[in-house]
Amino acid sequence: MTTVATAKNWDEFMEGIWKQNPVFVMILGMCPTLAVTVSAVNALSMGVATAFVLVASCGLVSMMRNITPKEVRIAVYIVIIATFVTAVDYAIQAISLALYDALGAFIQLIVVNCIILGRAEAHAAKNPPLPAMINAAGMGVGFTIGLLALGVVREILGAGTLFGVSLFGAHFQPWVIMVLPPGGFFVLGSWLLLFSWHARRKQAREVPQNA
Amino acid sequence: MSADHPTANQANQAPVATPTLAMIRTLGLVSAICGLIIVGAYQGTYDAVAANKRIAMERAVFKVVPAAKSIEEYYALAGGSIAKAGAETPAGAAKFFAAYDDVGKLVGVAAEGGAKGYADTVRIMFGYEPACQCIKGIGVVSMRETPGIGDKIITDKEFQANFKELDARLNAEMAALANEIKTVKHGTKASNWQIDAISGATITSRAVGKAINDTAQALLPRLVPNLDKIGSKS
Repeated sequence: MTTVATAKNWDEFMEGIWKQNPVFVMILGMCPTLAVTVSAVNALSMGVATAFVLVASCGLVSMMRNITPKEVRIAVYIVIIATFVTAVDYAIQAISLALYDALGAFIQLIVVNCIILGRAEAHAAKNPPLPAMINAAGMGVGFTIGLLALGVVREILGAGTLFGVSLFGAHFQPWVIMVLPPGGFFVLGSWLLLFSWHARRKQAREVPQNA
Repeated sequence: MSADHPTANQANQAPVATPTLAMIRTLGLVSAICGLIIVGAYQGTYDAVAANKRIAMERAVFKVVPAAKSIEEYYALAGGSIAKAGAETPAGAAKFFAAYDDVGKLVGVAAEGGAKGYADTVRIMFGYEPACQCIKGIGVVSMRETPGIGDKIITDKEFQANFKELDARLNAEMAALANEIKTVKHGTKASNWQIDAISGATITSRAVGKAINDTAQALLPRLVPNLDKIGSKS
């Protein structure tokens, strides 16, 4: 029984990381994805902040699911999500003002991040707290991985550094466009290309076996 | 699971309306829980946030008065006197920072000012040197100007050169600046109290000039007669 439950929880968790990755599969939350991923640190902090809000609000939404009338459910979700975003906002100000300035309005905008509202409506409102939070954690980690994938590439190419550490020495000429908005689209497009190429190859391998 | 699930039941039996009381109860409960969480987060982080803001402010002061080793906060009161900063801001008071060197001698004064820029308020910190009655060095506290255009006010060397010795003398009555500090069109700077705007970033440049002028006009007439009171570190 326990092993079955553990396996199910694991599947629930992995869902968000690979099969339903919010950035690369569902293409959700593009606004923070493109805007804050100019450096790996920004991407990581944005991902962690979003993941925390996801897990906490999905947990609370799930606990309240039996007493939430459907007419007011969106209001309830938004209030809960906004609460945790406010808490994260204070926490980031307490940790580092420089980071707070770098992330700017995107911390507050987590409130309207479609991944979180989507999880609350599609999963947390229909499942008990534990699976809801595990699923949310998977989505949060998946989102963080997605942001990091962009942030790392953009920081290396656009600034020649990784987590602020210089990689190539003084002779490196930064590819500035990578840290400007168009760079976000370039890198996201390249990652999507890579994933779809991988998916097609997998499909092509599977077809002959079935035939 | 669906038996005790009012949401699912009501979705199937569409005409049954939820009692208003149930909605009020749920919203009230959610608001109460969320209110507690927010207050808890605010209280829990208050000290750390205040400390961070103070460190950021001190860094900005050290940047515009490089000779400073320690700083103290003061208020220039509306009546024309100055007082050490306490917990509460008196009405009409202008805050400034007195910067001292390592033997406790006053080396400069820093003050913060803001004016509307292109995207949002540009908040700057400037250093005032009593010896030359001039403004030496500015730093940006916060701004949301366009990267690559408006934010040149930090990086543009020609623009920064305006603040090597920007004239901020008071007039004979000590009531206002002798010459209004003003941003002028790029390439038309003629006097020492004018700021040469960055070509292409005129609005942001003007905001810097206005922020300095507004703050200096309010602060310096109260500060200069009282300079001897803060001349050495207390």
